[in-house]
Amino acid sequence: MFLGYFYPSPSIKFQIVKAELNEQALLKGLANNDSKAIETIYKNNFNMVQAFILNNNGSYDDARDIFQEAMIALYEKAKSESFVLTSKINTYVYSICRRLWLKRLQQMGRYSGQVDDIEETVSVEEDMEIHEKRNAEFSIMDRALNSLGEPCKSLLEGYYIKKMDMQALAKEFGYTNADNAKNQKYKCLIRLKKLFFAQYNIGE
Amino acid sequence: MEDILLLQAIERYLDGTMLPAERAYFEQLRKNTPEIDQMVVEHSMFLHQIDMYADKSNMKHLLNETHAKLLAIGDINEGGELPLKGKVIQMWNRYRRDIAIAASVGGAIALMISALVAYLSPVNNYSQIQQLKGEIEYVKNKQKDQFNKLSDVESKLPKDFVFKGSGSGFLIDPKGYIVTNAHVLKGSSYANVINNGEEYTAKIVYNDDSKDLAILKIDDHDFKPLKSLPYSLRKNNVDLGEEIYTLGYPRNEIVSNIGYLSARSGFNGDTSSFQIQMSANPGNSGGPVLNKNGEIIGILSTKEKQVEGVAFAIKTKTLYKFLDELKKTDSPVETIKVPSRSLMKGLDRVAQIKQMESCVFLVQAFNKK
Repeated sequence: MFLGYFYPSPSIKFQIVKAELNEQALLKGLANNDSKAIETIYKNNFNMVQAFILNNNGSYDDARDIFQEAMIALYEKAKSESFVLTSKINTYVYSICRRLWLKRLQQMGRYSGQVDDIEETVSVEEDMEIHEKRNAEFSIMDRALNSLGEPCKSLLEGYYIKKMDMQALAKEFGYTNADNAKNQKYKCLIRLKKLFFAQYNIGE
Repeated sequence: MEDILLLQAIERYLDGTMLPAERAYFEQLRKNTPEIDQMVVEHSMFLHQIDMYADKSNMKHLLNETHAKLLAIGDINEGGELPLKGKVIQMWNRYRRDIAIAASVGGAIALMISALVAYLSPVNNYSQIQQLKGEIEYVKNKQKDQFNKLSDVESKLPKDFVFKGSGSGFLIDPKGYIVTNAHVLKGSSYANVINNGEEYTAKIVYNDDSKDLAILKIDDHDFKPLKSLPYSLRKNNVDLGEEIYTLGYPRNEIVSNIGYLSARSGFNGDTSSFQIQMSANPGNSGGPVLNKNGEIIGILSTKEKQVEGVAFAIKTKTLYKFLDELKKTDSPVETIKVPSRSLMKGLDRVAQIKQMESCVFLVQAFNKK
């Protein structure tokens, strides 16, 4: 370890640059749902967040919830066109988790006004606003989908979420041909749209 | 049906699968019919919402899969040992502020008590000798220990008592009568004794400041009386230069020391005690001094301040006098049967100490706040 002092400095600079490139690549992977990238980010950050939550009145389940929500926020950010991450991934993830957990503690009335930080933080307020709006939209869509009833719900999920083609869907749901399935899908879509916008416009 | 056809057209328009001619026609239609234009905008927005919903659902699913996978490999943990910080450290982190305050208040109190004791005690010859009672050192260690003992079993220490000091003591009757120095218990109303990690509450039966002796009785149902004591109390005089040893608690752990008898009288010719050559430390007060036959010849009580290695022990004879004195009072001490025959004669010191260990106690004195 002590020998490290005698390393020429250029190689150190090179390493830092490499680390940044590496993080960019990870985020790009995350935006493209690359499981390897997700795994790496997960592995590198989860323990830190878990320790933070457990040290601040949380449980293992809380840690998992909060961390996964932060991963979603990071994913949304990585996917957005205006995406720039100005801090390291772990600082960003920690900051999001900290913000989410404090909010939850406040909601439960257990916020003591003091948390034990284990990392530096960056401001995430703007990102959190966007994230919260997305969360609201997500739950409106979720409610709308769930109140559709079957087979509409599964048919739409098959087409829009699992991205199956009409042929496969027709086969799975037992329609005589893809056109019939398609027709049915449009009928369901109209209903879903009505349900969604009814809620969405109230929300607005 | 028309709605469906229109929707179908809008979707095809939005995902770009329309042929150029059809597309031009549709765009014209959009321009001319505001309702259709509105439907296109609305549908485009809706499709975007569905896309985001799909992305997020899929990501949630992926994250759960990843979590399960990493859990299975052991890269992350849930339950059991924490990956970064243990439970104790967590508690430490959570309570360190309180602990720090408690410790400094404790430290301040200890300092104040010792300052007061030093200030108020009369200045006499005794200032040249030092009673071997462990006080501040002990408190310091105690506080250090408390950090480690946070989650330990609840102590028998009474809650509203403050620690005054500690010393050593030994059984003179297997029923649980313990002899120690009066100065160990000075100014305290409550004592407990510890042996081999077992803590027992004890009653202060009697003490005599002039002889600097005190008797405690273990008053705790956890205590099982011993069958017999391995040592005896020597009545006869002792020989100069006799090799002697002691057991005591200058720390929280039992410590043995060896030395020899250096004078038949104590400090300034005090005939109730004798002088021994032995390194003794605060906390050794009240410990037994034994000869090579396993006979107790004295009770270690003070040491000379200026000269290292010179200590004084109260003679067993004085202890006998003290016990006779007790018989005249109406305390239950008349039942004390002092062991008269040592069972350790001929054993080497190591073997003797092994037998002795269960009979020598750490004595802690407390007072009400």
